[in-house]
Amino acid sequence: MAVVAAPKPSEESNAKTTNQPNTITLRIARSNPSEGQESAFSEFQIPVQKWTTVLEAILYVKQNLDHSVAVRYSCRQASCGSCGMKINGRPALACYTKISELNSNIITVEPMNNFPIIRDLAVDFKQLIANHKKMKPFIIREDSEVTSESKEFIQTPQDLEKFLQFSYCIKCGLCNSACPTMATDTSFIGPQGLAQAYRYVADNRDKGKDDRLKIIDDSHGIWRCHFAGSCSHVCPKGVDPAMAIQLLRGYLLGFKK
Amino acid sequence: MRESIIMKIHYGTALGAVALVAVHILMRMSQKFSDSLQYQNVIANYHFLPYALMLEAVLILLSVHGFNGLRVILLELKQGSTYEKMINYGSLAAMAALIAYGSRTILMAGMGVS
Ligand code: HEM
Ligand code: SF4
Ligand code: FES
Repeated sequence: MAVVAAPKPSEESNAKTTNQPNTITLRIARSNPSEGQESAFSEFQIPVQKWTTVLEAILYVKQNLDHSVAVRYSCRQASCGSCGMKINGRPALACYTKISELNSNIITVEPMNNFPIIRDLAVDFKQLIANHKKMKPFIIREDSEVTSESKEFIQTPQDLEKFLQFSYCIKCGLCNSACPTMATDTSFIGPQGLAQAYRYVADNRDKGKDDRLKIIDDSHGIWRCHFAGSCSHVCPKGVDPAMAIQLLRGYLLGFKK
Repeated sequence: MRESIIMKIHYGTALGAVALVAVHILMRMSQKFSDSLQYQNVIANYHFLPYALMLEAVLILLSVHGFNGLRVILLELKQGSTYEKMINYGSLAAMAALIAYGSRTILMAGMGVS
């Protein structure tokens, strides 16, 4: 039988010394475009532990130093997709990035690229949500699985495998903010929307493939991806939008039915 | 035209150009490079009908591919319906103009009007 021993007092004090809070400098990009206020950095000294996340550091600022910092967050556990921002130049979820993994005493946080800024770190998601909806992100079919005669639709593990990773998307927008096409093409659907189009096209219960392929086959649709692959690099949920785009192209080029 | 059809043409012209430009380069290697630029040799190329037709094909493939590529770059650079219409028709016009000008050279040299 396994015996779990309580830590001896000496070990406990040891743990305390290694967990001494460190102090880092947090630089937050501040701007308020609606008031014509240009971006400038505010700097704060923050005590951090090994486990402190970037979001916790920002919330420390709001609680103790400057409550006016604008930041969007909710779940604090990488599931709501609210806290995307640029952390030391790289798009990431603030709640899912520990200060200790950044290997730097200076942490710079900025709003995501390729989104209109509302204020400070909060950006406008209108276009992302609109593009997501344009992809018809739901199963399309005439019959319903709830009639008394019909059974539930069979889906084998292999069928599920085809789209499962794409269903993990939390609409955080990090992929869109990393995409070089989105930087100049404001009408581009973007990796988030295209990955969702694939998620439903590849679902064997869905009958809306032709509809969706028509929507993405546009002058600002799927063909404006040039396979930089940055979207897949930054996704915190393991979604690979760049692959979804290539697989969708397979349908449009006639390699896949 | 559907964007997927345009892009099929874009990839197709690229592949076609790879094949024909390879033939073009091989023909150049059949003699010393400096000789291939001799007046008589250049004119002889245009008088050899299959080769002149191939040059015409390369001209068409690369004009279509190049100006469609430029159209894509410009559409990604700036958006707006008037601007995009201008770019779409402008690149078609540029393709046609380059093909017409190049064909004129090939035709004149081929007929000995030079
Ligand atoms: C014969 C060899 C060539 C091949 C195999 C080739 C292939 C390609 C491919 C596959 C693309 C699409 C890239 C993408 O969507 O990301 C492309 C784009 C483009 N090509 Fe070509 N091409 C060739 C020659 C040329 C030439 C000679 C020109 C100039 C006249 C040209 C001009 C362009 C332009 C302007 C673009 C748009 C830029 C871009 O989409 O990245 N290409 N080419
Ligand atoms: S694909 Fe990944 S990076 Fe893009 S919105 Fe979804 S979860 Fe975020
Ligand atoms: S707060 Fe929900 S994903 Fe970060």
